[in-house]
Amino acid sequence: MMTTASTLEARPATARRLPPVDWLVLVALIAVGGVFVRAMLYTPADAMLGAVQRLFYVHVPSAILGMYVACTVLAIAGGLYLWIKDDRLDRVAESAAEVGFVFLTVVLVTGSIWGKASWGTYWAWEPRLTSALFLWFLLLSYMVLRDAIENREARARLSAVLGVLALLLVPFIHMTVYLFRGLHPEPIVLKPEAPSMPPEMLSTFGLAMVAFSLLFFALMRLRYQWATARDARADREQA
Amino acid sequence: MLVAESVTRKYGARAVVHDVSLRLNAGDCLALFGPNGAGKTTLLRMLGGLLKPTRGRVTLQGRQLPGEAATRRLLGVISHKSMLYDALTVRENVRFAAECQGMRSAAAATDAILEQLLIRDRADTVVRALSRGLQQRVSVARALVHGPRLVLLDEPYTGLDESGARALTEALRSLKASGATVVLITHNLSEGLALATESAIMCNGQFVHQQSRPAADYNVTEYASRYRELVAGGE
Amino acid sequence: MSSAFREPSLIADAIRIARKDLLIEFRTRSGFLSATVFALLSLAIFRFSWDPTAVKSVDLAPGVLWVIFTFAGLLGLNRSFNLEQVDRAMDALLASPVSREAVFAGKALGNLVFVVAVQLLALPTLALFFGLPLGPEWWGVLAVAVLAAVGFVAVGTLFAAVASNTRMAELLLPMLALPFFVPVLIPAAQATSSLLAGRPIHEVLPELKILGAFDIVFVAACTLAFPFTLEE
Repeated sequence: MMTTASTLEARPATARRLPPVDWLVLVALIAVGGVFVRAMLYTPADAMLGAVQRLFYVHVPSAILGMYVACTVLAIAGGLYLWIKDDRLDRVAESAAEVGFVFLTVVLVTGSIWGKASWGTYWAWEPRLTSALFLWFLLLSYMVLRDAIENREARARLSAVLGVLALLLVPFIHMTVYLFRGLHPEPIVLKPEAPSMPPEMLSTFGLAMVAFSLLFFALMRLRYQWATARDARADREQA
Repeated sequence: MLVAESVTRKYGARAVVHDVSLRLNAGDCLALFGPNGAGKTTLLRMLGGLLKPTRGRVTLQGRQLPGEAATRRLLGVISHKSMLYDALTVRENVRFAAECQGMRSAAAATDAILEQLLIRDRADTVVRALSRGLQQRVSVARALVHGPRLVLLDEPYTGLDESGARALTEALRSLKASGATVVLITHNLSEGLALATESAIMCNGQFVHQQSRPAADYNVTEYASRYRELVAGGE
Repeated sequence: MSSAFREPSLIADAIRIARKDLLIEFRTRSGFLSATVFALLSLAIFRFSWDPTAVKSVDLAPGVLWVIFTFAGLLGLNRSFNLEQVDRAMDALLASPVSREAVFAGKALGNLVFVVAVQLLALPTLALFFGLPLGPEWWGVLAVAVLAAVGFVAVGTLFAAVASNTRMAELLLPMLALPFFVPVLIPAAQATSSLLAGRPIHEVLPELKILGAFDIVFVAACTLAFPFTLEE
């Protein structure tokens, strides 16, 4: 990316656009589409929950990526930025926050649809969903903070502070919401004993996890490239 | 002794201060001139260790700034912002500064500096109630109360009346005589040159002119035409 | 020369800065007055707008109390860096031998006194307006309040410093700080409600543990993070 940026330097502003289709995003979308087809047509529905159980293949990967992966990337990139002050780390953090926000939004939406079907209410104050909601607010405030600071160096530094503290906050939010008793199904994939799921479901879930991870990183990469182009243009205008 | 070695500060891709070097001995006074946005304040903040240079380094008596407490104690900073708490009295402000410097005899030092700057009679007035010029005098007292060895001044004459300006010049002269190093940013060439043993003109982040001679040898009119030549269109 | 000066000490510097902030607060009274008026007025409004036959006051009071503490506290936090920024007094403080950690500790200590003072006024008012009987359980409530205030103030002071670097500090502070207040407010409100219902203190131990852990982690983390909120 750094090399393409320098070769683009000489061309007029109109030529400095990103390509209209990002190949990695395209591949990821095809993978996600494939998982949908497999989930709908070739994987048995849950005996009790029926068709709505298939949301599971969207909900759980999004939750893992949005809550854990995005927040971890945000905090690590932020911490490293405070240490070595490299702009690229700030762009990684920025991208992780925005893509994480989108994934958490998906978690909240699929969570409420699931909730309506299985608990009879769109919103239940259930620990996991509540955690996701608070993290959603946290990422929202991260983006608002970035938006409120014009100086690039200050924006990177202050949002990195917020990013690092956010990771410390996550376990406390979990502890807090677990003071309530939950309605949420117990974790059925990530638990010490063998997963309690039929093998077809498990393999579909595995594929979904791969496809959504691919989508997560493809979107992050696209967002990162956009941020690089934006910063490079700002530098040219300033110089 | 204050040494800056090819100091650069960048904001994004733009270098606000670009490759500036200087060396000042005890008793030197550098008058720094230049149009708005030339990078003078940024340079001054780096000299005081309030801002880290992107490249290069600043040392005071061989030690890097901001550094440890003993190094920071050598520093006094004055700008056009008063750096005072306007709900506190003159005495409370200066004494707070003296205590933050770690002075054992903060109360006595406060009285002495207020005496020297002719504001002892207003010692118990709340800063908010003072005129701009008197506030600036308090600000000078705040910065000098601990006898700093390096005094950085950013437009200190702003808002001072004639007697205030005279008191400030006197205070700086005696500081200089006692072996302190002074860096003074100002738009007023005659005030700056009255104290200067070194002078520099800054433009677009660089020194475009630098000379060293005793204060008495500076000719203000000559210097002014030189200045206009060098920063033509800058201001 | 060296004998005329003391080595800087984190605790002495922090206390001096806190004392200075509280003296300013005492002189101007703007923050404390608005925070107390806000707290007392909200208590009255909440109480008046609720139907006492439908919800028991013991059930309502804890939630009301903690919502009010939060917003009254935010009023004080906003002021804490504002008074340093107006005439750039912060620059003089940072150029002095006082360490950045001491500046943070001093600011936080001043804010802690502020928040606890508001709590001390609000708690009896709550008891009065909501008709709650006074008993030994109030000591427990006070302990919960102080424990919660420590974490609240640590996080709040740090984000007040972050927000003071932006164009809209007053609006941004609640937005930044509220997600971080979740692990303070929820356990504190739950513990308060158990205690007011007459439960013994060992039943609220899980809540107290979360509050204590939060205090330790975030006092340390915010003290370490504070220097990064300053430009250098």
